[in-house]
Amino acid sequence: MRYLPLNNNDRASMLDVVGVKSVDDLFVDVPKSARLDDLIDVPLHKTEAEVETHLTAMAAKSRAAGAGPFFIGAGAYRHHIPATVDHLIQRSEFLTAYTPYQPEISQGTLQVLFEFQTQVAQLTGMDVANASMYDGSTACAEAVLMACRVKRRGKVHLAAGLHPQYREVTKTQCKFQDIEVRPCPSRPGHDQDVLIGMDTDSAAIVVQSPNVFGEIVDLTPYAEAAHAVGALLIAVFTEPVAFGAIKSPGEMGADIVVGEGQSIGVGLNFGGPYVGLLACRQKLVRQMPGRVCGETVDANGERGYVLTLSTREQHIRREKATSNICTNSGLCTVAFSIHMTLLGEQGLRQLAMLNHEKACILADKLTAIDGVDLVTENFFNEFTLRLSKSAKDVVGDMVAAGVLGGLHASRLMDGQDDLLIVCATETNTDADMDAFAAALEGALS
Amino acid sequence: MSTMNTQGRQTTPDAISIREHKTISGNRGLAQAEKLIFEIGTPRRTGVDFPTLKGVKTRLGGRLGGRLGGMERTDEIGLPGLSEPETMRHYVRLSQKNYAIDMGVYPLGSCTMKHNPRLNEKMARLPGFADVHPLQPRGTVQGALELMDELGDWLIKLTGMPAVAMSPKAGAHGELCGMMAIRAALDAKGADHKRRVLVPESAHGTNPATAVQCGFTIDSIPANAKGRVDLEALKAKLGDDVAGVMLTNPNTCGLFENDIIEIADLIHGVGGYFYCDGANFNALVGRVRPGDLGIDAMHLNLHKTFSTPHGGGGPGSGPTVLSEALAPFAPVPYVEKYNGKWKLVEDAEGSESFGRMTAFHGQMGMFVRALSYMLSHGADGLKQATEDAVLNANYVQASLSGDMSPAFGGICMHEALFNDDFLGGTGVETLDFAKAMIDEGYHPMTMYFPLVVKGAMLIEPTESESKAELDRFIKVMKGLAKRAKAGETDFFKAAPIYAPLRRLDETRAARKPVLRWREETSA
Repeated sequence: MRYLPLNNNDRASMLDVVGVKSVDDLFVDVPKSARLDDLIDVPLHKTEAEVETHLTAMAAKSRAAGAGPFFIGAGAYRHHIPATVDHLIQRSEFLTAYTPYQPEISQGTLQVLFEFQTQVAQLTGMDVANASMYDGSTACAEAVLMACRVKRRGKVHLAAGLHPQYREVTKTQCKFQDIEVRPCPSRPGHDQDVLIGMDTDSAAIVVQSPNVFGEIVDLTPYAEAAHAVGALLIAVFTEPVAFGAIKSPGEMGADIVVGEGQSIGVGLNFGGPYVGLLACRQKLVRQMPGRVCGETVDANGERGYVLTLSTREQHIRREKATSNICTNSGLCTVAFSIHMTLLGEQGLRQLAMLNHEKACILADKLTAIDGVDLVTENFFNEFTLRLSKSAKDVVGDMVAAGVLGGLHASRLMDGQDDLLIVCATETNTDADMDAFAAALEGALS
Repeated sequence: MSTMNTQGRQTTPDAISIREHKTISGNRGLAQAEKLIFEIGTPRRTGVDFPTLKGVKTRLGGRLGGRLGGMERTDEIGLPGLSEPETMRHYVRLSQKNYAIDMGVYPLGSCTMKHNPRLNEKMARLPGFADVHPLQPRGTVQGALELMDELGDWLIKLTGMPAVAMSPKAGAHGELCGMMAIRAALDAKGADHKRRVLVPESAHGTNPATAVQCGFTIDSIPANAKGRVDLEALKAKLGDDVAGVMLTNPNTCGLFENDIIEIADLIHGVGGYFYCDGANFNALVGRVRPGDLGIDAMHLNLHKTFSTPHGGGGPGSGPTVLSEALAPFAPVPYVEKYNGKWKLVEDAEGSESFGRMTAFHGQMGMFVRALSYMLSHGADGLKQATEDAVLNANYVQASLSGDMSPAFGGICMHEALFNDDFLGGTGVETLDFAKAMIDEGYHPMTMYFPLVVKGAMLIEPTESESKAELDRFIKVMKGLAKRAKAGETDFFKAAPIYAPLRRLDETRAARKPVLRWREETSA
């Protein structure tokens, strides 16, 4: 077996040192009734080539996004990732290291985390960020719990434009914790309904921008309304590239900003692993969940980095911890940070405007078709169309034409059968857009 | 006289002795000093080329930016950029300040730092897995769904449990999945008086933290002198209000809980459920099935047991196996097969499911890697890997018993636990001993965990180490123990001296946290 260095001679001499006759003697503490005599009923070992054949055939049964015209977003976005990113994250020292608990021999990971935290804080317009969460949806749920701890209140309001799966994750996370979650039903143009029922028992309101329909939301009035009753504004995003074009949530008064970082450096991966971003105001730092990296010095006075504020965390605080989170998205934070460094501010702004231009051009093309209306007023790289037919049927018809032409909203929410959520990124060519327009026109006629 | 080659260049070194000195550059040979990106990059530099904007006047947008609703970002963000070669250098230099499994023994107990096969990385990058959107129409993602189903099938067979929830994103998230299923099952029975969860003192910190998130209270159970759960103490704590027990097996002392079946019966006897922390399942694969131990829920760390890389702290993946009693409460989504096609059930409505734990469907990238590992090993290789892991740990324990002090002795499972008795009176503490290991070229073992053992040192060699590598490691550990006993306290207190940095001031970091770079605070 290629992954196992011991041979039978080694095993025999090692058993001797241990002082037992056979390997069975090492499992004597297992109750007799639970000892397995036979091999488990799964296939025997395979060569590397055999595994490759098996999995390559399986992978071929899915249609890769890049295999043709592709326009789906709604929480995960297809961007071009520079080859440098994937090369660097496969370096052994990043890939096969553990959590940096021994800082003297983990400065590589730690400095990247410190740089990542700064990049996320800058991007979101906040003071500080943590070293990442599992993904945007769990970050959203953790932000809600954090707001309830900070405010010692137990009611939160979720806006209509919040990604419906983020809403579900938040409801699940809160359901056993005496927190009242008040979600507004998902529908376009109704974000302001989140303010209904808000009062001095409210810990936070959660508003997404750009929202799940692609609409850019001015968060300023939401921040003011939340603060007026002593609550926090939690701003959510799923497309971080947008902040190369539009104002950051921090500039608009958000107290906690959470979102999905996948767009930068991390591929689609059928939904994971991704990288959750969580940033907040300085005064909330000690209620933040998750790992945090901080600057310090070594015994010689040299600058270095360590994991810090661990008194919030489960391995110290146990049942009094701010969260049960332990692992974060380590390697995805490295990927995010490298991609962001390659972009720099200039590259991020260019990328953002390129995305926006593509989306504007695509919206032009699609709304020229009979039976297509634009629902979204202001958008970045994603917008929602109202179709004259069931969007689910239209999506199915377009698949037959080789086009993955957006997401029918009914996949995520009830009662919006005629809505199609469409995303354009820098990866879409003019030919892709023309193919999409033709397929949509064909499906509607 | 020195030896010269034909060009007159000296080919043997002169015997000049010189002490270490501070270099002009701050570099030390291959060890390159590296500043922060904020100190070397600028917002105007970039390592990516883009096509120029068309600048077209769109019908809807008017001038470009016209659809942004007056929300354009006008202030400078401050994000630094680097050209591609500079980026490469920055991160390569940083990487060289990290220790890694690919470099040497990484014996972190409970963390299972085993070899990460690169075949897994290659498979995870196949476009049919890596370049697939989670919300593509189901007909276009059959291969991805098949992979989830096939991995789930392996996990079910290896654990002997009837169901698995694939979506939890990491071990602690899997714990949450299991405990939420327990809470949902209790709620479904109207058992709202059952809120107390028994947790051994030796448990991972995530266990109590998770239980509290599900609305439970924690009641600690002490360990007995043999490092196992004190069965009598557990019996004394049983009552009608007990919701369940959270037990790690093998436990965090590296020992199999030999009363585990009786504990399961006792918990079930009071109407509670048995959560098993599966962090150490790598000691059991192919030899013991949790389903035969009376367990109701257990998470699996794909990044420990099934070799997906730890990546400097993630991403993990924590599929959670569930008993018949808990399966109906599993979170959405899950994969179902009918008429030869796979479909995803994404909506909890109308079922007993406790809800959704994450957007989309879980850590697909990790699923591919784990399945690639399982296929490679097969039933025979997985069992052999388990046996080798347990043998390696016992070999280390037996070899070091004379010089270090085993916490409990006897046969251990996949990790060997020592206390600090052998350092008694030397002034050297577990931390110092660990830092001295760094100078010897090893990553230290897990230290000060489990909490129930004084100055704990938890060594998990895994099956990936050869006997020769273990022998070198053992020789070093014995040598260090001898130096400690010989009173070389300063040697330990100064360590490490050959790492990129000396010991770091953690107190200073926590007292006045500097969590980001700012222009005014830059050195």
